[in-house]
Amino acid sequence: MLQQAFNGLVGGAFYALLALGLSVIFGMLHVVNFAHGAFYMLGAFGSYVLLDSFGVSFWVALPLVPVVLGVVGVVLERLFIRRLTPLDPLYNFLFTFGLALILQDLVKRQYGVQSQPYPRPSALRGSLDLGLFTYPAYQVFVLALSLLVCGTVWVVLTRTRIGMIVRASTERPELTRALGIDVARWVTPVFGFGVALAGFAGVLAAPMRAVNPLMGADLIITVFAVVVIGGLGSVFGSVAAGFAVGLVSALGNYYVPSLSQTLVFILMAAVLLWRPAGLFGREEATI
Amino acid sequence: MILSKLAGRPFLLTAGLLVALGLPWFVYPPVAMDIVCWALFAAAVDLLLGFTGLLSFGHAAFWGGSAYVTGLIALHSGLPFPVAVLGGAVFSAVLAVPIGFLSVRLRGIYFAMVTLAFAQMVYFVANQWRDATGGENGLQGIPKELFGLDLSDPFFFYYAGLPFILAGLFAAWRIVRSPFGRVLMSIRDNPARARALGYSIDRYKLLAFVLSAGLSGLAGGVFTISHGFASLQGVYWTTSGQAVMMVVLGGIGTLWGGAIGAALIVELHDYLATAGFEETGIITGAIFILVVLLFRRGVWGTARDLIAARKNRDPAAPENSDTKVGAPV
Repeated sequence: MLQQAFNGLVGGAFYALLALGLSVIFGMLHVVNFAHGAFYMLGAFGSYVLLDSFGVSFWVALPLVPVVLGVVGVVLERLFIRRLTPLDPLYNFLFTFGLALILQDLVKRQYGVQSQPYPRPSALRGSLDLGLFTYPAYQVFVLALSLLVCGTVWVVLTRTRIGMIVRASTERPELTRALGIDVARWVTPVFGFGVALAGFAGVLAAPMRAVNPLMGADLIITVFAVVVIGGLGSVFGSVAAGFAVGLVSALGNYYVPSLSQTLVFILMAAVLLWRPAGLFGREEATI
Repeated sequence: MILSKLAGRPFLLTAGLLVALGLPWFVYPPVAMDIVCWALFAAAVDLLLGFTGLLSFGHAAFWGGSAYVTGLIALHSGLPFPVAVLGGAVFSAVLAVPIGFLSVRLRGIYFAMVTLAFAQMVYFVANQWRDATGGENGLQGIPKELFGLDLSDPFFFYYAGLPFILAGLFAAWRIVRSPFGRVLMSIRDNPARARALGYSIDRYKLLAFVLSAGLSGLAGGVFTISHGFASLQGVYWTTSGQAVMMVVLGGIGTLWGGAIGAALIVELHDYLATAGFEETGIITGAIFILVVLLFRRGVWGTARDLIAARKNRDPAAPENSDTKVGAPV
């Protein structure tokens, strides 16, 4: 039971990392990035290719792959997404949907749909005795690291000048601009950062989940539900909802296994009924 | 101009009917059936996207949901296939009530995400409920029963299925032209004013959502009978995406544009499949991205604008801003 809860938190760590990236991007650009799952998948494939073809270890891939994907994100934002941001947000949603299809099928063409193996890094192969139960060391590492990353982003957003600018641009872009801050300059790095977070989650997922072209597609829709629960654009809400949904799904799976996949959507329906803007969202979601 | 308008309408209508009737003479009949089914599906999605301003990214739930129900009725009851198809359409409309009730309160991008999530829920249910849906195998061997007539030839089945599609398209057209449709457009253009005029906009949106779902179900039902099977693919999110893609390609808010988008994409898929190219997402995704970046009015919308510009010869004609999806074209 406790172990189930722990499983849930580890699963929730992935939801939280992805939801965090989605939320940051949405806050700044008002873009819902459908390709977020594809970038997560590319993160996992990136580390797989690095290890398989070049012998680059997990510890190098962990910072390298997100940085490379972040740069890809920056280029995409500069070339395409920027053109669509002044229009209805739906156009960027459609654009990133097309992008996700392309990325997913390109990888599929190269590697097929079967899962690729990725060994756990040797330092994290054993189990840890957590007092009440023993647990695979790698999972503990994932949970700790994602908590650390989410916490760091939180601190940067709330305690630093950069975070202040980003939050101000998110909430009142015109007013922030009027105060002499170049809001447009921050849009590209924020998008790149969000994409990098997705890639980071992908690298973390490679050793414990099946690395295949479809791994991001289904996950991202669940993450959409998570973000709706937490409140889109609310950074704290998305992260909290990520961990909470992971926990609730794992416990739900323990008691009612047949509900394991649908529970998150039932939660979403309940939240929509009670608070259409999400638990921590602002009212702009509704009319 | 009025004269040409009067002459233009029946001309287009007749041309459309002739194309629909003659399609299986030019196109491989099962593919022709696919095209008209997707055309109705696209029109149903456009009813929401183009005329109500709601992007549903979850219509696979209604297309695929109806496919299962149609298949189950046809498999187990022995009733003629029209009954099964109508049963599927009714199921989809009923399924749309709770989903729509929860979704229509959200606007724009939130609506898209929530409908997508609900459709994924339907997908997971279909995947898990193996006794009814056959899980990964789907439902196979669905009969084309119609009072003992032999419809196994796709050419003849096309003409048996076509009336349902045409009826659905006619319904969509009537909805758009009705006072109800006008209210939907006013909600799309200015929800605050529509509400101030006393319209309960959530109720209008919900009704539009249910009607659109019912039409999608009709299309999905005919599609299922035509193929003789129902599968998980029908309720998967790529199916929703494909319908939206057809609408955007044909032109948002044009209703008939979706048919052109459907024809293009179904033909493209057929061509790629024949060529042994399985990763169709690379091609369709690239085309879609180009359309979103460069031709946001789609084939039909662009053509209509060009014709209108020629007719008016008015350089000062207001250039429609497309900052809003489904803005009046």
